[in-house]
Amino acid sequence: MSKVEHLENIIERFGPHLHDAPWEGWQGDRQIDRVVDTHCPYCGMQCGMKLLVADEHVVGFEPRYDFPVNEGRLCPKGVTAYLQVHHPDRLLHPLIKRNGNFERASWDEAMDLVVSKFKELQDKHGKDSICVYSGSSLTTEKTYLVGKFARLGLGTRYIDYNGRLCMASAGAGNKKAFGIDRVANPWSDIPLAEVLIIAGANCAETFPIINGFLWKQRDNGGVWIVIDPRETATARQGDLHLQLRPGTDVAVTNGMLHVLIKERMIDQAFIDGRTNDWEATRETALKYTPAIASEISGVPTEKIVQAARIYGRAKTGMVMHARGIEHHSNGTENVLSYINLVLATGKIGAAGRGYGTITGQGNGQGGREHGQKADQLPGYRSIENPEHRKYIAGVWGIDESELPEAGISAVEAFEKMRIGEIKGLLSICSNMMVSLPDTNRVRKSLENVEFNVNIDFFMSESSRYADVVLPGTTWSEDEGTTTNGEGRVIKINKAVDPPGEARRDWEILQEIAERMGRGKYFGFSSPREIWDELRVASKGGSADYYGITYEKIDAQDGVFWPCPTLESPGTPRLFEEKFAHPDGRAKFHPIEYKGAEEKPDDEYPLIFTSGRIVHQYLSGNQTRRIKFLVDQCPEPYVEIHPETAHKYSINDGERVKVISRRGEGVFPALIVRTIRPDTIFIPYHWGEQLAANQITNPALDPTSKIPEFKACAARIEKIHSRELPILGQGRRGASQSEVIKGYQL
Amino acid sequence: MFIDPQRCIGCRSCVAACRECSTHKGFSMIFVDYIDRAETTATMPTVCMHCNEPTCAQVCPADAIKQTDDGIVMTALKPRCLDCRNCVNACPFGVPKYNSAMHLQMKCDMCYDRTSEGLKPMCASVCPTGALAFGTYEQIVPLRRTKPVNVHVFGNQKVETRVYLMVPSETEEINVDGCGVFEGRVRADVAGEESWIDTQVEMSDKSNEF
Repeated sequence: MSKVEHLENIIERFGPHLHDAPWEGWQGDRQIDRVVDTHCPYCGMQCGMKLLVADEHVVGFEPRYDFPVNEGRLCPKGVTAYLQVHHPDRLLHPLIKRNGNFERASWDEAMDLVVSKFKELQDKHGKDSICVYSGSSLTTEKTYLVGKFARLGLGTRYIDYNGRLCMASAGAGNKKAFGIDRVANPWSDIPLAEVLIIAGANCAETFPIINGFLWKQRDNGGVWIVIDPRETATARQGDLHLQLRPGTDVAVTNGMLHVLIKERMIDQAFIDGRTNDWEATRETALKYTPAIASEISGVPTEKIVQAARIYGRAKTGMVMHARGIEHHSNGTENVLSYINLVLATGKIGAAGRGYGTITGQGNGQGGREHGQKADQLPGYRSIENPEHRKYIAGVWGIDESELPEAGISAVEAFEKMRIGEIKGLLSICSNMMVSLPDTNRVRKSLENVEFNVNIDFFMSESSRYADVVLPGTTWSEDEGTTTNGEGRVIKINKAVDPPGEARRDWEILQEIAERMGRGKYFGFSSPREIWDELRVASKGGSADYYGITYEKIDAQDGVFWPCPTLESPGTPRLFEEKFAHPDGRAKFHPIEYKGAEEKPDDEYPLIFTSGRIVHQYLSGNQTRRIKFLVDQCPEPYVEIHPETAHKYSINDGERVKVISRRGEGVFPALIVRTIRPDTIFIPYHWGEQLAANQITNPALDPTSKIPEFKACAARIEKIHSRELPILGQGRRGASQSEVIKGYQL
Repeated sequence: MFIDPQRCIGCRSCVAACRECSTHKGFSMIFVDYIDRAETTATMPTVCMHCNEPTCAQVCPADAIKQTDDGIVMTALKPRCLDCRNCVNACPFGVPKYNSAMHLQMKCDMCYDRTSEGLKPMCASVCPTGALAFGTYEQIVPLRRTKPVNVHVFGNQKVETRVYLMVPSETEEINVDGCGVFEGRVRADVAGEESWIDTQVEMSDKSNEF
């Protein structure tokens, strides 16, 4: 059994330590040997950036003004991204845990152990006793290989990835409504829209660069309607803020649809000509008068009416949403209810008329298309569809019967580890101890797994639980493609070689496969070779990448899929003529309001919601080591409305206990009028006792299996703590720091 | 250079990017403040305003702070700087910082190494929203609904700056009263009640010393 026995020792050796200076310190007159055009490793914007290389080290960045998405702009994570490359916490050689301590091992030794343990488990308990858990911050080449590795290298059905925690419900909703899962419009359409509905998307903090498009729209005279339980910077800057109770989106959208119908602002010609199932949807919406919608959501009636009128009367408009509406046990329904607004007004499929989720992870789009999802094969094919299975079996040179069946979603797989049905785990590019809901249960799963292998380039909170940790590479040490949030396939370029004995992730997986005796399916010698097989594997699927070559990506500043032929320039805007369902029509879905699985009660009277801050990326394994970013927000806090704080006699900055049915944590109170009195908020990027996910509810959306991170019942308790928030400590002279020992966040 | 506070999202990308300018050696010359976090998420960046008649240069006993022909007020010249900190204390915008290790005043030089070669300064290059924008007056006016104003009135002192603040179109000059708060936004009622986050950021960033 693998447990974390010597946490302090692990932190001392592997961090997170705070580091904040380029290789060999800040220098004014460094000779730059080469400048590498690439992209930021973080969010779904995939901003262009240039990395500066001196003496085979990444020593800085330069804005990439000519890349059309960001034109040089970067958020603070992007600006400081290069500082992770030569960070002293980098894992430089394989580690094997012996007696609770990680010991340095050779690759041979580590690989021998991994392969012998995997073989032993599979011999004893069957092929499906091992689970592969991956991530969407990997390049598309790697995500494709992970899927192939699980099915062919290990022969297990159990593979899933952290996109399940990201936008799975948006993907499911898009497939139901449109027949395809991709944002419908390029971001360059945003400035052309008269009105934007931005729902559950804290664009200011989570997609800072999309704000460039938003403000261009504003400069053109556009209007923003922001739907969010918190007055985020985006909500504050917007024209109309619908500050709803978390989890009540369906009430708001149905209320808006009600007004659109009653005031004849729907586009009947579009509904008749291009959609199905309107009548049932219309009838459902008519039940939700603005007064009823207001009662459920807590948004004033007149704001719901006003929002409907602004959107309904505009000729052009776009609806955009993100995790705020998606992270719910009815996430798919939330998504579908927003799509109903889009379809009812016919605002899709043209310049400035559009819709889309804003994907969070760097390769959130590409990573969900090519087969690392439990039920999916490359090109958005289904592992349950005999035709699809046959095609992919053909590409891989196997008999269709060798292809495993569909697996199960992330949260379900970790539950199987907890109860001992899955015995082995290979995780890559994921930090489950931060990112999965109900941290205490995840810990039990990781402790219960008999053999646990983790590939990462920093020791994450989850790596600590592994038996073997294999050092992978940062984005700057390999090449490959990602697909950004607008469906644009872009190319990450290699700047330097991996440090120490670290290896590229695809090389690590290939070697395991080879040692498992499956080498003949994994003979790739470069990402380009993987890419070329992926192009063929995706051919004819709904995410058709066949016509996208590395050269075309360079020549066109990215290529929007689908791109079925070598001649095709790609498809920036979808649905201009038809939708992707077989009959070419989009589908309405009547949605009734259900709300969150767990609603507040006497014992847990508040609604807890979690989210992100601009200075950290996802589980923080990369960004919680960069001192500049940590300085801006060194620890999570709990946002409480002054009325609520007064009720519990809580002072600003005082540490309080936040408790749910699943767990509890202590956080400093940030008393702000920007949150609803019935709601509290904690940013989620930290692990262990600082994890917001100690509190969250692992209830799953039945369609997409996305967990309900965004609403559960909780209470706060005064603990009479005198300990102050740590923000501000050690900020002076921040920029010259080297490694600071003993800083344990 | 233009500052458009309504667009600021408080991300501090400018603060991070400022450190990358090769003359800054890792020190940032920009502040981003919460206006009043307890009430709002509003934030505001402060960069050197590059006064036409810079107070910092006027009070320098060693004439260490030079203005270029194109109006950029430079960091103090190392051989001349006397460690006196007159400039740090005199600047009406609170911009220059004192680097105790280097015995030198440091301030924004508008990324002179970049701007003199036709590149944008680092902060305005990376700013996600255009809250910091680099360009000419003629370029920005047709792009924005706010108006560039560069006259700041501090009590009896009127300061004209090369950096403009984007403000509502009826505004002619920016009046800052003796208490250091914008006119019309005097908040004496909540004095002492600002959020810990405001205080912390201010204490650490506004020490005017590295």
